[in-house]
Amino acid sequence: MNASLETKDIYLDAHAHGAKDLAGHQWPWVEQTRRRALAQFAEQGFPTTRDEEWRYTNVTPIQRNAFHPAPKDLAGLTLERLKPFVFPDLPCHRLVFVNGHFAPQLSKLCKLPAGAIVSSLAGAIDRGAAFLQHHLAQYAPTDRYGFAALNTAFLVDGACVYLPRDVILTDPVHVLFVSTRRNEPVLAQPRNLFVAEANSRMVLIESYISLDDTRYFTNAISEIVAAENAAVEHYKLGQESAEAYHIGGIYVHQHANSRFVSHNVTIDGALVRNDIDVLFEAEGSECILNGLYVASNRQHIDNHTRLDHARPRCSSREFYKGVLDGRARAVFNGRIIVRQDAQLTDARQENKNLLLSRDAEVDTKPQLEIYADDVKCSHGATVGQLDDDALYYLRSRGIDAATARHVLTYAFAKDVLNRMTLEPIRSYVENMLTMRLLQGQTIEKLA
Amino acid sequence: MLSIKNLKVNVQGKPILQGIDLRVNAGEIHAIMGPNGSGKSTLAHVLAGRDGYEVTAGDVTYLGKDLLAMTPEERARAGVFLGFQYPVEIPGVSNIYLLKAALNAVRKHQGLDELDAIDFLALIKQKLKMMHMSEELLYRSVNEGFSGGEKKRNEILQMAVLQPTLAILDETDSGLDIDALKVVADGVNSLRSPERAIIIVTHYQRLLNYIVPDRVHVLTNGRIAKSGDRELALELDKRGYGWIDAEVGQAGSTAQ
Ligand SMILES: Nc1ncnc2c1ncn2[C@@H]1O[C@H](COP(=O)(O)OP(=O)(O)O)[C@@H](O)[C@H]1O
Ligand SMILES: [Mg+2]
Repeated sequence: MNASLETKDIYLDAHAHGAKDLAGHQWPWVEQTRRRALAQFAEQGFPTTRDEEWRYTNVTPIQRNAFHPAPKDLAGLTLERLKPFVFPDLPCHRLVFVNGHFAPQLSKLCKLPAGAIVSSLAGAIDRGAAFLQHHLAQYAPTDRYGFAALNTAFLVDGACVYLPRDVILTDPVHVLFVSTRRNEPVLAQPRNLFVAEANSRMVLIESYISLDDTRYFTNAISEIVAAENAAVEHYKLGQESAEAYHIGGIYVHQHANSRFVSHNVTIDGALVRNDIDVLFEAEGSECILNGLYVASNRQHIDNHTRLDHARPRCSSREFYKGVLDGRARAVFNGRIIVRQDAQLTDARQENKNLLLSRDAEVDTKPQLEIYADDVKCSHGATVGQLDDDALYYLRSRGIDAATARHVLTYAFAKDVLNRMTLEPIRSYVENMLTMRLLQGQTIEKLA
Repeated sequence: MLSIKNLKVNVQGKPILQGIDLRVNAGEIHAIMGPNGSGKSTLAHVLAGRDGYEVTAGDVTYLGKDLLAMTPEERARAGVFLGFQYPVEIPGVSNIYLLKAALNAVRKHQGLDELDAIDFLALIKQKLKMMHMSEELLYRSVNEGFSGGEKKRNEILQMAVLQPTLAILDETDSGLDIDALKVVADGVNSLRSPERAIIIVTHYQRLLNYIVPDRVHVLTNGRIAKSGDRELALELDKRGYGWIDAEVGQAGSTAQ
């Protein structure tokens, strides 16, 4: 408890010193938002394993380190070094953040349709963009578990995309959060806001990458709004360093007949927690949540999803897969709430896990709370090992045991990637997966 | 080429093979027949190297080497091929990947370069044609959603591509209609050569009308109870297996 208090103080102290450099002082509502969240954080601190939502994920390792916001310093970072992390065949807008700070030199903004905004959030706040007050900090709950409050207390910077009615953004927006080595362990708090007004469409990619094998703490929040009939496709690619802590929350509000698709891939990081909360605020919407987590050694990856079917006639499809090796641990918690009013809800959830070692562990838990009667809900969770018959079959054809194991593991995981619609992203992720699972050995055309 | 001596095998502590003796020379085709549960598939898998079989006695020599000491992949690379009675479905791994990886593993073992994409595809297309299979099956997951007949043809396709030295075909004929049976037989016959040997496991003699064996063996209760030429297969077809047990019973338990 003491340690936790001390850590909390470090952040409160950092806030006291750094707040004057934050964007949006001129707007009282921004300051008010920060002050409120700061008070909430001061009160909550960090969650403990006594909190049901954090039962299997112990964040004390994060509290044992003193993380500090990094100064704005690119330290000679060039685009060349980011090359392995961008999609060569995908024209896109690119926003790059280095240790939490926007790096316009590394970013690329192409021509935008009239009224559309793709910029850093701090820039949008300073310019006083009108839509902000309606949406910023309206969806991420700051009243529980500390992390969202901590992020909101600073409200530093991140990506901001706004599409007015009827606007279709053809090129995706790729947001790269880059971590580099610093003398002090870095606290980076990306804060993203994505708003798609009625009938608009956008594709977003959030990449979390590290250029050095270093310890840092990313505390990220994305708020996403899909207004009536809008479509948002969101990719989150987690490639933090093997030493890094990542706590990330994605909070989505869907209005009538909207569509939200999420692809959430985590392949690295010492301790990773992803929260994806989707609220169906109106009828007729659709949500697809796909996820893949790959962990080895002592990595810990926790995915908590929450689908709130508050209104009738919405459908959700959730499909998460995990591959665990070594002494890795994963948590999957899929909560689906079907409110009394939400007749004709159609919700399906599936979580499949492949354990490659005896010491790996997964806690998978569907959590269905159904208060309506005319609904279709299904869920399934499996935890298994590689199929011995399949291994034997491959070996009986001359393929060595190690390759056979890799091939089957890759085939298991690839199932999730096949659901990604954008080919350049899919092949990038395939690549990152082969590097991860096959230690660089490539496997051609498995499927 | 293959010499099995007094092979005894337990599965989960239960004796299944109880002293098998069998010699197969290059250029020969042998048929192993026998009722369900007599141990035919067990023998096939022991030769291919599956885990879970406990060899309690005997040995197996293949091309002068101790076959039982080799891993399944070493056996495959050395030219042993098992056509499975129940081919395994492998979701997410395409047929073409399997064919390519398997062929390259064998070629590497033989000190040959990998086939380039064009030569490989040309080879595969020729074999597909022989097996009356559509190209589309190449890009499907291995055996996933294949009909029974497609699975069996797929086994023979793999065999045709890999050109094994010793092919063991476990009930490749079961579940095939007459046209498919002929296609499979053509595939097997195309492999016939003085350097190769083929063991056909079946419990009907039907397939043997198209692939004429040099020797026929009857496996009952984990032993080869009787061996003969193809007339034996015809007799089994007419009289079933009961009389063999009776004969063996009278003669004590001298197998062979
Ligand atoms: N994995 C296994 N576990 C236990 N018993 C087995 C296993 N495989 C085969 N058997 C038993 O071994 C015997 C021989 O089976 P099998 O070799 O499949 O016969 P066949 O192919 O001649 O029909 C049967 O009694 C079968 O039940
Ligand atoms: Mg059998």
